[in-house]
Amino acid sequence: MPLNIVVLAKQVIDPEIPMSAFQVDRDNRRIVTPANIPPVVNGFDENAVEASLQIKDSQEASVTVLSMGTGFSMDAMKKPLAMGADELVLIRDDAFVNTVDSAVTTRMLVAALNKLGGFDLLIAGRQASDWDNAQVPLGIAELMGASCVTLGKKVEVGDGKVVVERIVPEGYEVVEAPLPAVVTVSNELGQPRYPTLRGIMAATRKQATVWSADDLGVSPSEMTPLLNLVDLFVPSTVKECDFIEGDNEEEAGRNLALKLREAKLI
Amino acid sequence: MAQTGVLVIGELADGQLSLTSKEVLAAGKPIAEQLGQPMAVALLGADVGGAAGEAFACGADVAYTATDPLLAENQADLFLSALDALCREADPEVLLMGRTAIGREVAPRLAARLGVGLAQDCLEVSVAPGSTELRANRPVYGGNAMATVSCTSSPQFATVRPKAYEPPVPDPSRTGEIKPVQVALDASMAKSRVVSVVREEAEGIKLEDARIVVAGGRGLGGPEPFEDLEDLAKVLGAGIGASRAAVDSGWVPASWQIGLTGKTITPDLYITVAISGASQHIAGCSGAKVIVAINKDAEANIFKEARYGVVGDWKKVLTAFTETVRELVKS
Ligand SMILES: Cc1cc2nc3c(=O)[nH]c(=O)nc-3n(C[C@H](O)[C@H](O)[C@H](O)COP(=O)(O)OP(=O)(O)OC[C@H]3O[C@@H](n4cnc5c(N)ncnc54)[C@H](O)[C@@H]3O)c2cc1C
Ligand SMILES: Nc1ncnc2c1ncn2[C@@H]1O[C@H](COP(=O)(O)O)[C@@H](O)[C@H]1O
Repeated sequence: MPLNIVVLAKQVIDPEIPMSAFQVDRDNRRIVTPANIPPVVNGFDENAVEASLQIKDSQEASVTVLSMGTGFSMDAMKKPLAMGADELVLIRDDAFVNTVDSAVTTRMLVAALNKLGGFDLLIAGRQASDWDNAQVPLGIAELMGASCVTLGKKVEVGDGKVVVERIVPEGYEVVEAPLPAVVTVSNELGQPRYPTLRGIMAATRKQATVWSADDLGVSPSEMTPLLNLVDLFVPSTVKECDFIEGDNEEEAGRNLALKLREAKLI
Repeated sequence: MAQTGVLVIGELADGQLSLTSKEVLAAGKPIAEQLGQPMAVALLGADVGGAAGEAFACGADVAYTATDPLLAENQADLFLSALDALCREADPEVLLMGRTAIGREVAPRLAARLGVGLAQDCLEVSVAPGSTELRANRPVYGGNAMATVSCTSSPQFATVRPKAYEPPVPDPSRTGEIKPVQVALDASMAKSRVVSVVREEAEGIKLEDARIVVAGGRGLGGPEPFEDLEDLAKVLGAGIGASRAAVDSGWVPASWQIGLTGKTITPDLYITVAISGASQHIAGCSGAKVIVAINKDAEANIFKEARYGVVGDWKKVLTAFTETVRELVKS
């Protein structure tokens, strides 16, 4: 049996947009989707795709990409396919348009994973760059009784277990866990591979499987959010920068040192 | 009605209550007072007696403890099993934990186990007068926006960003009650196993504890310039860090990264060199008392955060700066 890998990938607003393009609609407690800036797959999820493909490079494995959202951009969502993933499954339901609740997302994804027949290895990003929650994959591990390893920078599979180099504050540790396992990965995994021309062609031909909540046998009304979004705003920062100058850059550097001394900071 | 106002999940560092846990106790105290109920701490480890005393001195009234040699390593699966039992026993209105390395892993899993919502990485947690509803402020979108959230389930659960609160001034005369909880653990409950640990931290001063930190970004252009930064760090007795772009470029190890997904620092002085000041970077250093920026782009966001700035080429500015600093600290 090939190793059954599922990768979780979320579509997000490009986090690299200029801050001026970032707008909050406070009345409706939502982030304004910036016009003319195409959405992207969450960066850490591209790392997750890369991790799955590295495993697939060395052993028989299938990679299914699973995503839940609305307003999917096929350009964004097909990128993992173009990189080399086999299948794309999208959970789309307008009842969840405004869902920013990790618990709801977790339960929906669990339903989808069950419908897919489970997994040997689930790889996800460490956190989604929109709501920065870092909790969906861990919740899935709990609800599905899988072992769980977070913050991977290298993921290997053999002998029914996953071996992960895991980022810790002092450096990294090597952790082993039995399959089925949930692993989250971080950018330290390295630059994800670029799609090849052949990959892009193949991805164009592939159809995504699209499921609604109904297809998953869950009714949106059972999916009560466990968090309430009470307010959403742009924090105000009022800081004045004192620009230190000089006749040339060297002198500005010297003046900076003198200024810091005067302010008793050094 | 819950029987505990606030339960803080404590962490031990070398047998002592961790600094972050003390900060979380500081965050929890006003909430417990508002609720008119005791604040408790959950302590798990091989020996937690000393930490309980510290927690009482920092405002806890009760310590729910689980002692087992299996808990010495902070193995997440075991930690969770014990914690689950402690939480059910303590029955808190509000559950708080630091968003530390352990908190990042344990809190979301505990929330799923308890079937409750979790407000992650909060800068502020409070309960309005006359209410029992927890309000948590958490940065989202890399710090570009702030969300206020509340929990619809019980216990109301939040993780608190390290350094968001000052630790309490300990009062050694405070005492409390220790309530040991029996937890049935066996080694087979640990699914994952650490095989080895590789240390990669910069030598010298620890980034999180340094009073002065210097850090470099993508604009340095390569790994060698970090030697110039190390030179400055040595002169100042400073810790050294980097932006994620510098880490991703492979110039410095990941343990040097400052920011949302790196380390949180709160030095008195933070000197950034060729860092643009993206919100995700600022997320890790906004608690610095004074930020200094050297950047060639006057429009760079870092100047919106900085108290002092020099617009210019880092190479020219830094050499002169370091030389002058060297003379000044000698005098
Ligand atoms: C979910 C998520 C999490 C993230 N977490 C983090 C995090 O924890 N930490 C972090 O740092 N980033 C993080 N980032 C990345 C962040 O968004 C930025 O991409 C990153 O901080 C940029 O690093 P930088 O400032 O070094 O590089 P750049 O943004 O490329 O800036 C380089 C700067 O150097 C200046 N420069 C260039 N040449 C010179 C010169 N000769 N002299 C002087 N100045 C010069 C330029 O003007 C520019 O301002 C995260 C991103 C996401 C999406
Ligand atoms: N709606 C979603 N669809 C697919 N994957 C998701 C979704 N939400 C979260 N994930 C996965 O879970 C990781 C952590 O997300 P979060 O807990 O929301 O920060 C992400 O990096 C994704 O891999």
